[in-house]
Amino acid sequence: MSSPPLLEIRNLTKRFKDRPAVENAGFTIARGEFFSLLGPSGCGKTTLLRLVGGFIPPDDGTIFIDGEDVTTRPPEKRLVNTVFQSYAIFPHLDVAGNIAYGLRSEGVAAAERERRVTEALHLISLSGYGRRRPHELSGGERQRVALARALVKRPKLLLLDEPLGALDKHLRESMQIELRQIQREVGISFLFVTHDQEEALAMSDRIAVMQHGRVLQVADPKTLYDAPNSRAVASFIGTMNFFHGRVIGSDGAAVVVDLPDFGRLPVPKNGGDNFAPGTMVTVAIRPEKVTLSPVPAPGSVEGRIASITYLGDRSQIKLAVGTGKIPVTAILPQEQSIQPGADALYVSMPAVSILLLRD
Amino acid sequence: MTPAVAHAARGYLLLTPAMAVLAFTMAAPLGLLLAYSFWTQHGLVVDTRLTLAAYAAILSDPGFALVFLRSLAIAAMASLAAIVLAYPVAWFIAFRARAKFLWLLLVTIPFWTSYLLRVFAWKVILGYNGVINSGLMALHLVATPVTFLLYNPVAVVLTLIHGYAPFAVLPIYVSLEKIDPSLLEAAADLGDNPAKRFFRVTLPLSMSGVIAAFVLIFIPATGDYVTPSLVGGANGLMIANLIQAQFGRADNWPLGAALAITTIAAVSLLCVLAATGARRAASRIR
Repeated sequence: MSSPPLLEIRNLTKRFKDRPAVENAGFTIARGEFFSLLGPSGCGKTTLLRLVGGFIPPDDGTIFIDGEDVTTRPPEKRLVNTVFQSYAIFPHLDVAGNIAYGLRSEGVAAAERERRVTEALHLISLSGYGRRRPHELSGGERQRVALARALVKRPKLLLLDEPLGALDKHLRESMQIELRQIQREVGISFLFVTHDQEEALAMSDRIAVMQHGRVLQVADPKTLYDAPNSRAVASFIGTMNFFHGRVIGSDGAAVVVDLPDFGRLPVPKNGGDNFAPGTMVTVAIRPEKVTLSPVPAPGSVEGRIASITYLGDRSQIKLAVGTGKIPVTAILPQEQSIQPGADALYVSMPAVSILLLRD
Repeated sequence: MTPAVAHAARGYLLLTPAMAVLAFTMAAPLGLLLAYSFWTQHGLVVDTRLTLAAYAAILSDPGFALVFLRSLAIAAMASLAAIVLAYPVAWFIAFRARAKFLWLLLVTIPFWTSYLLRVFAWKVILGYNGVINSGLMALHLVATPVTFLLYNPVAVVLTLIHGYAPFAVLPIYVSLEKIDPSLLEAAADLGDNPAKRFFRVTLPLSMSGVIAAFVLIFIPATGDYVTPSLVGGANGLMIANLIQAQFGRADNWPLGAALAITTIAAVSLLCVLAATGARRAASRIR
């Protein structure tokens, strides 16, 4: 018999004064997985994390940890620990006292406790900081102490509520790497909440994208980026060009879509969905998948250069096509230069890179 | 004057009116009191040669020590009892109440009546023909009114608790209000049940409020004059009554001054000891 998933949530719903904060959420997290909840602020991701932590009761649904129903258990009786957004370091205890807090609660013997605290300080590269007071620590150090305090309990699942949100960009990036390393080292599943899509893509094994309290898609980073299942997911992860069109027929594995400024384009069906002629659809393509050429190519259309933004390793270019109502965003690699004085390029969208999304 | 000095000087300028008032109403009388305690008095003549005679007189009479220790004991009991009663109220207002301002306003309601009237009220409650006695008689629990209710140290402690408990609620409330709720969530997350969370997080973090409450009550309660005069009886007399007698009937100002100075010193010392002791005890909690 296969072992149950480490975390399973089913139909989880939480309303605040009739406004749903989390609606009918369901997914599973595997042992040792780095799982992220990604979404804009107010999308319900923190509420979902707090439901799993046991800080608020759900209105509906069930939470299983390691196959056990813990829905009605208080936080102190769940084998889950949390790194709080504010870190919640106890100001009246020193660093060692903070890390040992949960071990004292369990009644771990003094010698064992000391050993584990020393080990935890080593893990977060703060050996020798045991006697420091919280107010003597920098933001990054407090963040590590909060992490160590939770990890030292050896939870089955660690919940992290935007733990890197308060750090500056540089520190955040090095902490992302460190956090991932620590996670691999200890082998504990992480449930990581963030609104930063780059952070989620860089760190996670799998990501659940949330909006308005609903889980829109659960997938690994590459799938989310290459095959988002909805316009909301596609626009939240990275930059995306969207065009509205109408299905006019099908051609084997492809659907033929009529786009106002581009004409007829065959688009792969990506399995599943059956698009009847006449259906209004959204066609999406990543800027880096749009190809540009100084000379006309089969299927290309002329695009007038509207703006070029220099980004160091590449340039982002906006082009007006046809009526010019919807600009096309494309990426120009550094090595590809534009002829001085050129004001138009030929834009083509390779069929394999186009996504078809129902409106 | 450098800008920094000028800035500081402006600050002191703001203090000047209050300082001037305090100099006349507090510093000068205190200085005079201190001076008197080292003088002697023969009839109406005050001998201003410095001597420790008044302090020696205090030490030689065990009666003074008895009243003195009784005052400290009564004040300590009243302060501790007021804190124990006030803490849950403050906790409720800080963590559970919705209309916090309303509750705080309700706590201050006793202050809308004069302290003297409230002490008299206790006389009415505890007295021979008082509320408790008439109640007991009506229920036929006693045949004649009981007399152990009034005119003893217990009556003093009871009245002091009632008079000063609101002073305990406010500082404790302020210290509880400052506690970040996520600290309590973190304690729960790390395995503490509600009782453990209280003793390991809430109590140590509200210790400054508890200490403030103790100091705020202990100091005026030790020196309380009205309460022991009205409900204390002979066995409930406190140091302030004794000091008043030296400046009145007994007409021995140096002795009264020495008693007052000794009381101030003892109370200050005890407050410092209690505060450091409480702080140490709280820092032991892990």
